[in-house]
Amino acid sequence: MKKYTDRGKKDTRSGFGEGLLQAGKADPKVVALTADLKGSLKMDAFAAEFPDRYFECGIAEANMIGVASGMALTGLVPFAGSFAEFVTGRVYDQIRMEVCYGKTNVKIASSHAGLTLGEDGATHQTMEDVALMRVLPDMVVINPCDWTQTKNATIAAAKHDGPVYLRFGRPKVADFMPDEPFEIGKAYILNEGKDVTVIATGHMVWEALKAAETLEAEGICAEVIDVATIKPLDTATILASAIKTGAVVVAEEHNMAGGLGELVAGVLAATSPKPVEYVNGKDTFGQSGTPSELLAAYGIDADGIADAARKVIERK
Amino acid sequence: MRSTEDLKKIASQVRRDIIRMVSLAKSGHPGGSMSSADFMTALYFGVMDQDPASWTREGVGQDTFILSAGHLTPMYYSILARAGYFPISELATFRKFGTRLQGHPSIRKGLPGVFQAAGSLGQGLSVAVGMALGKKAVKDGHTVYVLCGDGESEEGQIWEAAMFAAHHKVDNLVAMTDVNGQQIDGTTDDVAGLGDLEAKWRAFGWETIWADGHDMDKIVEAFGKASELKGKGKPVMILFKTVMGQGVDFMAGTHKWHGSVPSDDQCRVALNQLTETLGDF
Repeated sequence: MKKYTDRGKKDTRSGFGEGLLQAGKADPKVVALTADLKGSLKMDAFAAEFPDRYFECGIAEANMIGVASGMALTGLVPFAGSFAEFVTGRVYDQIRMEVCYGKTNVKIASSHAGLTLGEDGATHQTMEDVALMRVLPDMVVINPCDWTQTKNATIAAAKHDGPVYLRFGRPKVADFMPDEPFEIGKAYILNEGKDVTVIATGHMVWEALKAAETLEAEGICAEVIDVATIKPLDTATILASAIKTGAVVVAEEHNMAGGLGELVAGVLAATSPKPVEYVNGKDTFGQSGTPSELLAAYGIDADGIADAARKVIERK
Repeated sequence: MRSTEDLKKIASQVRRDIIRMVSLAKSGHPGGSMSSADFMTALYFGVMDQDPASWTREGVGQDTFILSAGHLTPMYYSILARAGYFPISELATFRKFGTRLQGHPSIRKGLPGVFQAAGSLGQGLSVAVGMALGKKAVKDGHTVYVLCGDGESEEGQIWEAAMFAAHHKVDNLVAMTDVNGQQIDGTTDDVAGLGDLEAKWRAFGWETIWADGHDMDKIVEAFGKASELKGKGKPVMILFKTVMGQGVDFMAGTHKWHGSVPSDDQCRVALNQLTETLGDF
């Protein structure tokens, strides 16, 4: 299979910070807001470089979203950031009315998404944020997989005219994607295969590549697709692969309800039904632990993906 | 600047429009629309530097207004139409299927004059604060105005915005609260213990101005004071003391007309009490 090299462990939130800085250098209209989480969101470099374009909002996320939408009205390109739970669930109504219904050019920067937030536990580990953002008309939902892709997705989000939900994480993970411009709405085929399609998003993409190596040793050839843009979904790429392999695994650091798995299953059911297995949370909250402990406990990792692949192939 | 006599005539017509729009639509919110009609007429016809012919949603080079209490659309649409943003005849389409005059403000139907959606309460002040900061960032020296309800001030986000605006010295912003003392379930003190709004705003670091929201001379004076405070480091809140349903005797001073529709007979009686007219839609 195609070989991907881990250039060294880096957090995707730092990829966001670098992308924000680069977007800010390229476009003076880019501004950043955060609710007392500048360091966690890796906005320090942007704030130091552009102090007049950085707005500390204090612990008041609802106001932050409204302020961002008002800034966008004047032509600015605001990135409003906090932890994934607090920048979705806490402010769902504000995003719905001021950003989506109001069609303002606001980028929601969502860090520490999913179980891999780790020790802080379930209050902070949202497994529902993609569902909340996906259901909003006109919202673009992006969940990049590593430092490099997050950096490039941030730059692409700044150039996109309209609301974007950009989801990334806390832990240091493999950095392996080529440094190339990010295309919103494109699913990236990372490895071509014939026996099973593994569709993954966010941190699960590297896990899917590891699973594909394990499966290869067993004589199973897995096609691995990085669905960095969850909405709009690249249905053509997903369908073509599913029809080719005849079996699909979807892996995401998110609950089943409203996640990528349901979305892919819906696309397949409406066009070309195939057996699907899911690697995700099943109507659950998280708990305290290290990221790797948690992913293993909930079966959302490379082992879980390999198991799901073996299972779904049997159902062909 | 129009004379206060002219402003009173326009405000009377705005009230006639409110009664007729709500009656035609058989739905809508007349009470707060009528309490805010006088000072909002003064704002659009005597205070704001705005030009309907060159309006864009970016609001560049003009004063802008954000309606936070989104249910006040009968007043808002009447004033926008009378100011020339869209044909007065369009007021007859209020709340009807396919209209640009949605029940609550929408930017999705292309209605000129509307900058942002509103309806879910407590959010417009944040939007106005952001727009004011945006104006500073793009070196536009104009002012952003925003209208909140007193009942709406029970929303926590209002006070998040209050703290933020004072902290960031948003001094190109003039907020207004329509203090009619009423909300859907009763008086603001009975329902939620709203208390001393002026003390609250002062404690949050704002300049405050109290004015009788039905005395056109006092209203114009209040906007003059607000204008003098611009650029001095603090956001400004004008608290307009008003009466819900002002202008029609049987509607005045009760929460019951927050979102109720007059019958045909009541509509006739109401219009007979609002004699000044510029010509109905």
